[in-house]
Amino acid sequence: MKTSSNKLFEPALVQTALKESFIKLNPKTMMRNPVMFTVEIGTLIMLYVTFYSFTHASQGSFAYNCSIFIILLLTLLFANFAEAIAEARGKAQADSLRKTREDTPAKVLLEDGSVTTRSSNQLLKGDVFVCEAGDTIPTDGEIIEGLATIDESAITGESAPVIREAGGDKSSVTGGTKVLSDNIKVVVTTQPGESFLDKMIALVEGASRQKTPNEIALTILLASFTLVFIIVCVTLQPFAAYANTTITIAALISLFVCLIPTTIGGLLSAIGIAGMDRALRANVITKSGKAVETAGDIDVLLLDKTGTITIGNRKATHFWPAPGIAQDDFVRACVLSSLADETPEGKSIIELSLSPTLSKGEGVERELHKLVDQYKALSFGEGLGEAFEFIKFSAETRASGINTPDGTRIRKGAFDSIKNMAINAGHKFDNEIEERVKAISSKGGTPLVVAKNEEVMGVIELQDIIKPDIAERFERLRKMGIKTVMVTGDNPLTAKFIAEKAGVDDFIAEAKPEDKMRYIKAEQAAGKLVAMMGDGTNDAPALAQADVGVAMNSGTQAAKEAGNMVDLDNDPTKLIEIVEIGKQLLITRGTLTTFSIANDVAKYFAIVPALFIASIPALQAINIMHLHSPESAILSAVIFNAIIIPMLIPLALKGVAYKPIGASALLRRNLLIYGLGGVLAPFIGIKLIDLLISVMI
Amino acid sequence: MNTELSGILVSFTITLLIAIPLGKYLAKMFAGEKVWTDFMKPIESGIYKLSGINPNQPMNWKQFLKGMITLNSLWLIYGFFMLMYQDKLPLNPDGNPGMSADLAFNSIVSFVANTNLQHYSGETGATYLIQHFVLMFLQFTSAATGIACAVAVFKALHDKTTTDVGNFWVYLVRAITRLLLPLSVVIALILAFNGTPASYAGKDQFISMQGDTVNVSRGPAAQFIAIKHLGTNGGGWFGANSAHPLENPNYITNITEIVSQMIIPIAMVLAFGYFIRRKKLGWVIFGVMTLGMFMLMIPTISSELGGNPAIAKMGISQTTGAMEGKEVRIGPMATAYWSTLTTIVSTGSVNGMHDSTMPLTGLWQMLGMMINSFYGGCGVGVLNYLIYLIIAVFISGLMVGRTPEFLGHKVEAREVKIAALVTLLSPFLILAGTALSSYVFTNHGAADWAVKPSAWLNNPGYHGFSEMLYENTSSNANNGSGFEGLGDNNIFWNVSTGLIILLGRFLPIVGPVAIAGLLGQKKFIPESAGTLKTDTITFGMMTLAVILVLNALSYFPALVLGPIAEHFSMLK
Repeated sequence: MKTSSNKLFEPALVQTALKESFIKLNPKTMMRNPVMFTVEIGTLIMLYVTFYSFTHASQGSFAYNCSIFIILLLTLLFANFAEAIAEARGKAQADSLRKTREDTPAKVLLEDGSVTTRSSNQLLKGDVFVCEAGDTIPTDGEIIEGLATIDESAITGESAPVIREAGGDKSSVTGGTKVLSDNIKVVVTTQPGESFLDKMIALVEGASRQKTPNEIALTILLASFTLVFIIVCVTLQPFAAYANTTITIAALISLFVCLIPTTIGGLLSAIGIAGMDRALRANVITKSGKAVETAGDIDVLLLDKTGTITIGNRKATHFWPAPGIAQDDFVRACVLSSLADETPEGKSIIELSLSPTLSKGEGVERELHKLVDQYKALSFGEGLGEAFEFIKFSAETRASGINTPDGTRIRKGAFDSIKNMAINAGHKFDNEIEERVKAISSKGGTPLVVAKNEEVMGVIELQDIIKPDIAERFERLRKMGIKTVMVTGDNPLTAKFIAEKAGVDDFIAEAKPEDKMRYIKAEQAAGKLVAMMGDGTNDAPALAQADVGVAMNSGTQAAKEAGNMVDLDNDPTKLIEIVEIGKQLLITRGTLTTFSIANDVAKYFAIVPALFIASIPALQAINIMHLHSPESAILSAVIFNAIIIPMLIPLALKGVAYKPIGASALLRRNLLIYGLGGVLAPFIGIKLIDLLISVMI
Repeated sequence: MNTELSGILVSFTITLLIAIPLGKYLAKMFAGEKVWTDFMKPIESGIYKLSGINPNQPMNWKQFLKGMITLNSLWLIYGFFMLMYQDKLPLNPDGNPGMSADLAFNSIVSFVANTNLQHYSGETGATYLIQHFVLMFLQFTSAATGIACAVAVFKALHDKTTTDVGNFWVYLVRAITRLLLPLSVVIALILAFNGTPASYAGKDQFISMQGDTVNVSRGPAAQFIAIKHLGTNGGGWFGANSAHPLENPNYITNITEIVSQMIIPIAMVLAFGYFIRRKKLGWVIFGVMTLGMFMLMIPTISSELGGNPAIAKMGISQTTGAMEGKEVRIGPMATAYWSTLTTIVSTGSVNGMHDSTMPLTGLWQMLGMMINSFYGGCGVGVLNYLIYLIIAVFISGLMVGRTPEFLGHKVEAREVKIAALVTLLSPFLILAGTALSSYVFTNHGAADWAVKPSAWLNNPGYHGFSEMLYENTSSNANNGSGFEGLGDNNIFWNVSTGLIILLGRFLPIVGPVAIAGLLGQKKFIPESAGTLKTDTITFGMMTLAVILVLNALSYFPALVLGPIAEHFSMLK
């Protein structure tokens, strides 16, 4: 999907949309949109009047009536086109995702243990299939046996392979991704046609698309504006009779169509679909349109520390040798202590030791490289244990290490355990070490003490690396009025330090899943809307409780079922984007409503004088645009009204930009652009069209 | 500065000096806090005991409205029969006849609804008994009804989450005992001491210098005139209202009357802010309303001072401005000032003839009534403003990317639906009413009514259209003033305006109370940086824009055919 084009109007889609625009003229479909439905009725009346005017002169010329009819029909088609193109884009987006998983052969494991090959779209929920290295995973499922590295770039665009294994929180696999190594047994978790993607496609398509509460409220408001203008136009007839003026049906219907909010009415559903489409483009599958909208209202955001605020795991950032110990000796001890340490922390110690930026003695770096290479060579050969004896980390000793062939014992571990070890062995424990350890802890870091033959060599400082741009993102969230909460298993001291450094507003330290739940409930009780992201089965209740729960695609099926969005990228910062998409959706609706209503002022000044100028010549004074003739004025107004719809389609699809500058400032900005702009634009537009028409007539 | 202008400024300053402390007092008093009028408590307890009311009983918005509607219905029935049979009842020294059924219907609806659109003339149309025990009584209760309903809205929005909007009977009684009654006594005394009659004697007689015998109506007018202004009712004791020398004897009474009709509408707006502990919101709303008032008042004054272009064309200089239909002792500026205020606050009493004002003045007068919430009537001004505010909240909430909320409560489909219906109602009643009367005038001129349709317009043409538009607008706004060139005492006008008054009064009260009740029941959402604050100048301007655009869009064609066409034709 990353390859799919972001162009607004792809020829193939435009073609489908064009066809759809005519199909959507069906009154049954139009009825869903009261504003445009009234335009359709007006168009039908004009069709009748056009035929009538062919033989009778009382309703104006045939050409004039016919032009009005055509423009009204175009207005309808433009509105339908907006909806159709939004649908087509959303569908294309979803289809490209779906294609990746169609007709993949699946190796289904039968009950008797034999394997048959079946097409992926014949897989039923509960079927078990096997995948080996090189296979494409046929459909969504959960690993029940084995472990594999998987290339998920087809879905996420991320080229680094990920590990998925049975049991635990990383057991989900997605259809369309590729197994790179090992083999796994997977159980199918969804019926064909019921995957999240299928649900999303159904949401985009007309039939099962439900209006969101907000959309309903806006439709009511627009319908009531329409009713006001029905009253205005109907009562105009007796008013005109009183003033001895006859108003043609064409003029009356034109006035009506121009006044009712056709701009927003025509674009309303396109805006909603485009919102979901934008979410999909951000690689987020939403289970309802409402979820996207709710995201815009979020007050509190729960974010896991690891992966969201900090980069993955802790990293070694500094070596602090003990007094009297040479830096090189200490570094050497560190490397030895971590040779067999497969944890990310251990790896980062090696990484830091080898980094050229760390000052080391002449030749030390080469020596260390040799050591590491030697270890790597050993680990693939036999007799590893004879050369080195590796001591694994255990809960009792809280230390790990290595015994080298020459009998040196190197240990690396928590401060307390190494201190005890040193004191028991009769070595003194330097005060400076203790102070260093405290200093590191208070900065939110984790100290690891290294000892050689029970003598303390120094302290390794591990730090959480805060993502470089994360503080700005939190600042942006704060300006949106969203409170960020960091969830971490760290102790409160470390948590507080990182929270302050990253600029989150609050944190939950030593967090258990119940704590998240409790926090969410407390915030909700205070009337706030809470969003969270999670992946584990034990996150599921909290995901369900949160107003917006985003499950990572790599997470368990339970988590994915519980949340109302699924993030295909497994990117914890995605929530921020989702919030903006939600806000954009509402803003686009609001600004286009304002624009649509503001347009009416100019339309009145075009049409009302045109209606009465013949019988009340004094009203020439309010023909402030100096339009050519009553007919050209009315035509210009309806033409403007029609073409503004396609002109605004790109804006409806892309959404009006959200700027976190505070609500009042944003309101001022949008009022100025869309309110005042909405008043002025049609004056210019109608005048220009009138100039063109007056040349042609 | 000339004296005319300084008169206006003094009058507006006095208004504010009274209204601001009054607003604070009202907020405290209705919240049940200690106030100096607590000495009225025994009287109130007596009333509650007598009527079997438990003043501590909480009400939800439905119960509250049920109480309000029931009581008003009873008054309608009571008043209707009193008016029809007034000739058979006592206190009728001048021998006035009973009212016809349609006139009685129109009159009683009009007084119950705080409109006082009088299709009769006070001197000959109503007996002292009626003036006193029906009309004056209703002038108190109808004003109190509006105030009570506004306080219900305050109460619903004051609490974080509540179903209790307060007790209707308590609000109603307190509005009378602790606001309307004491102030009316003061105003009535000022009027009486300045020459407004306050006796029960019938017509007086004198022989003029020309030797004619002149009958002068009088009666207990001072007390009636006091409450008619204070309660933004507007029904004159005398047909000519405050242009009549006995109703408005001098400049002091002129100021007293104009000040007294403004203080409660302004105080209620400020009380809203104080009551819900968002002082700033009250002041921002006040600011918007005041700005709106000036937008209508300045062009009104300027068009009246400018004089009549038709007369200017004849080469006659008009140094004093347009004087037709004005009292010389009051002058055009004070009359223009009054005409703006009486139309925006829905009083509808006049001190000059609106029908004779310049066409554009008529436009501003009508616009003031169409908007009907630049201060607006007693209590109902705030309620009308709330409707515009809800729509502004909804649209601007969307524009800043958040589900719209007002005072910590989400504004959703149900509230929007109610606000939309109420917004829809005014154009429907005004335009449909005017369309119907235009249709009858054009097509059924000879209908056999007390006033024939063909004869009900003094000036057919654009001005005639304005007269009909004004009558319907005034009815819908519960204003009660008229372009009196319209012959309106016939069954058509009595029934049609009666119905418009009834709908235009009660639906716009029910709507806001229901909205506030529904909002109050919702979960309270604390404010965050993303919340759109409603007590800012930005949001105030947004509301003003909504008010102006909605009204312009609804009424532009009608106004073009009436005052605007008349104005431009006059310039030709």
